[in-house]
Amino acid sequence: MDAIRAAPPLRSRRSDVFRMLWRSSRNAQDTASRLAPSDQTSASAPAASTVKLHVRGISKAYGEATVLGPIELKVVAGELLAVLGPSGSGKTTLLQIICGLVEPSGGQLIIDGRDETDNSADKRDIGVVFQNYALFPHLTVRENVAFPLQMRRVPAAEIKSRADATLAMVGLSDFANRFPRELSGGQQQRVALARCFVYRPSLILMDESLSALDKKLREDMRIEIKRLHRETGATIIFVTHDQEEALALADRICLMNEGRIEQLGTPQDIYERPANTFVADFIGASNLIHGSIAANGRLETRDGILPLPDGCDMQPGRPAALVVRPEKLVLCGGDDALLSGRVQESIYAGSETRLLVRLASGTAITVRRTAGLPPVEIDENVFIRWERNQARVLDSSPSISGA
Amino acid sequence: MADIASLGVVEHPRTKARKRKLDPLWLALPGLGFLGLFLVWPTAQMLSVSVMDKVTGALTFAPFLRIWNGGPYLTVLSTTFQVALWTTVLCLVLGYPLAYWLSQKPAHQQRIAALFVLLPFWTSALIKNFSWLVLLGRNGIVAKTMAAIGLKGGDQLLFGRTTVIFAMVHTLLPLAVITMLPVMNQIDRRLTMAASTLGANGARAFWQVFFQPSIRGVASAGLLVLVASLGFFITPALVGGARETMIGQLIILQINELQNWQLGSALAAILLISTIAICFIYDRIFDLSAVTTGQGRPTKTNGPIRRAGLAMVNAAGLICGMIEEIWKRNIRGLRGGVLLSIYAWVMIALLLAPIIAFVPMAFTGSTFLSFPPPSWSGRWFEQFFASPLWLGAMTRSFGIGFATAAITLLIASMAAYGVARTRSRLGGIAFLLCLSPMMVPSIVIAIALFYLFARMGLVASNVGITIGHTVIAMPVVFMVMLATFKGYDWKLDAAASTLGAGRLRTFWRITLPLVAGGLAVGFVTGFLQSFEELTVALFVGGGIKTTLPKQMWDGILLQVSPVIAAASVVVLLVVIVMFAIIEIVQARRSPASGPAATRDS
Repeated sequence: MDAIRAAPPLRSRRSDVFRMLWRSSRNAQDTASRLAPSDQTSASAPAASTVKLHVRGISKAYGEATVLGPIELKVVAGELLAVLGPSGSGKTTLLQIICGLVEPSGGQLIIDGRDETDNSADKRDIGVVFQNYALFPHLTVRENVAFPLQMRRVPAAEIKSRADATLAMVGLSDFANRFPRELSGGQQQRVALARCFVYRPSLILMDESLSALDKKLREDMRIEIKRLHRETGATIIFVTHDQEEALALADRICLMNEGRIEQLGTPQDIYERPANTFVADFIGASNLIHGSIAANGRLETRDGILPLPDGCDMQPGRPAALVVRPEKLVLCGGDDALLSGRVQESIYAGSETRLLVRLASGTAITVRRTAGLPPVEIDENVFIRWERNQARVLDSSPSISGA
Repeated sequence: MADIASLGVVEHPRTKARKRKLDPLWLALPGLGFLGLFLVWPTAQMLSVSVMDKVTGALTFAPFLRIWNGGPYLTVLSTTFQVALWTTVLCLVLGYPLAYWLSQKPAHQQRIAALFVLLPFWTSALIKNFSWLVLLGRNGIVAKTMAAIGLKGGDQLLFGRTTVIFAMVHTLLPLAVITMLPVMNQIDRRLTMAASTLGANGARAFWQVFFQPSIRGVASAGLLVLVASLGFFITPALVGGARETMIGQLIILQINELQNWQLGSALAAILLISTIAICFIYDRIFDLSAVTTGQGRPTKTNGPIRRAGLAMVNAAGLICGMIEEIWKRNIRGLRGGVLLSIYAWVMIALLLAPIIAFVPMAFTGSTFLSFPPPSWSGRWFEQFFASPLWLGAMTRSFGIGFATAAITLLIASMAAYGVARTRSRLGGIAFLLCLSPMMVPSIVIAIALFYLFARMGLVASNVGITIGHTVIAMPVVFMVMLATFKGYDWKLDAAASTLGAGRLRTFWRITLPLVAGGLAVGFVTGFLQSFEELTVALFVGGGIKTTLPKQMWDGILLQVSPVIAAASVVVLLVVIVMFAIIEIVQARRSPASGPAATRDS
């Protein structure tokens, strides 16, 4: 553990060398995507770039049970896409189909414009970082990292230099001759990353790769992955069930549930403009107030009539839900309040305090208050309001909601 | 999605039919075919012989009627069942505390302590019983000690039912212990701790939290011991008298000496049907498939058996809990754990004593076997190594052992791989079939093969013995390999594949090095099974091709000479060397897990 912390995650000089190595090794056909300027902040949305991976109507069924509905997904070269969803949502199955470990029941998989559906895993130029790393226990760290190069019949001298360079990149030069079991979880994770990055695959898949690490280490590794992504320009698909991780890492998020894609968009899109109540509920602590659309742009709920944001064109009488993020809610006086309720719990979390407010109808609402505001007692009656346009209205018909 | 430039891939429906992947279970076919050919088929034939008239070939139940209508047969059957039941009960009652003691030890201590149980396990029944024959004899050390302290009856220790049961328990106790141990090791130790924080004292925590899940192991141990002891003939033949004749001896008599195939087959049929009935009853109560695959029938929370069991366990917990309280209040200082340790070491000493006793006996200067020997000499070893008979038997045993180990390893590994990797429901059936030789008394296997080989001209051939030994060794090697493949992390293969390794290279570079330890253990296990096997060698060897155990058996029946003790020491040395190989390989393979974890269940 100490050894990891001792190695600074970002060493610019070494990474420059690595970047050069990486670029020079890529073949001409995908130079265009590779030369996406690495200094450019990766947060900027991929506008008009080439499609690296096209998942075209891929589905998977085991017998009668469909685990993955037909899925349509395009991944842009150089982007970091997070596939997010609760367990059992089909995200790992999708990943295994992309890397060729599971055969799809239908659909096509197109990588760099080639149909790769029938190619076995070892014929695809894809790197996979497994959930529990899957390091070879009988091989040393260096042998593990050298393995993919040996499989590609790289000359021995080059294998050694490239393996060592990659180990240096993840700060594990001193551990090259150890066996995986002698390393800590974080170090094993770095070896797994090195083993994947060493052969410079243009597409990298990560399957819940950080879930086995503790919180502090996980945050370090996020920075590490961001850095590797920026330096190598590789396309990364990252599977996770941790929405915080997805928001922090991804250029775009593909949110899955029950084998379907619920929403595909930038983290901002997904957080600010959830497509349906499942997304709103899954991403962050959301407040959902159910009701039905009334005439003149209002929502009738059991806790009163609430204003709808602009641009809502739903038919009156339809069931709908108003979504308001906890940080958009403010406590106010009784006059301009939209809702009122009783404080049930107050959770102090350093930079903020979360209030759990129970409305008259029984609905629980979370209010996030930044530090420094006057404290509120438990059982106190509070009034809540928000800017009308900061809320979002969603169709909550059961056929769509999914939640 | 709309904001992404489309690559413009031309739409084309998938026309190429996907390759239909073969379920890995097909790999079990060679093993299953082998068992079908050399276990199921000959057994069925043997059964048909028992109900077919010798002359006309018509259906007849004459031999069964003859057995039923008196004579010595019913007595022998009743003796067999009584002895087998006693042996089973005693093995479980005596073995459970020993297994429990082992399971409570820290992993590395358990490895070492378990060696003392495993060594007797790997030593053949023939050697152990032969040793008792000497030790308990009229002039043996036990008789002399008893006479010295004034106890009567020391000169009549042999040839009684008690002695037979004692020797059989001694022979089968290690099997019971090493069957129970893995199940006990699987029980989470924190459960007992949790129980004690919830208010249970030591005894109640044991009965209600530990004992109940361990029943599964007890049941498997009981099944294996019962099946093994029903077919036993070595012990009653060596240390029992005429009144302790068991069915196995009767079968040998009918077939090998009286050439009465029909009656012999009928007796074997009775033996086989009994064991199948036992397995069936066992399956009804304990669910055979759950023991192995871990997913049996769903437990009925209100089933009568479960409720009766729970009530019994609760009552035992309550009573023992009260005893413990009284004990604690009145006898301070002497803790139950100490008593258990003393018990365990006494049992281990008893298990090892007859094996260790061979070493001085083999170096006796006298022409009679005795312990302790009156004088010392190495001439019996000289005689052993000078005798072409003994040397030939030893060479043959080694040859057959290695051949058996190689063949068994090949087909058992393939079958284990298939069963471990399959998703098919047939996997459970394949699994039970691979274990079936364990459920058939080896004497039944032996005469069934004898009958088959007699017509194939394979009697008195090394090939015949090797085939028989392969059938016998199959289940144990299969279990070792199944544990290996189930413990293997198949994600590593997937990882190698994504890193660019094809199937063959993944196998050579990743899978093979990682399962090599398991393969080595499987090979040695197969070798030992064959090297010490007597029953098949007795029949299929036809008296011409003798293996080392067969030669020893003949020697013991003919004339007890110290050269047999020398032979036993040689066998023991081989066993110990092989046993050491297993232990070293396993220690290297898994520093944390217990040594018995991968052995048979």
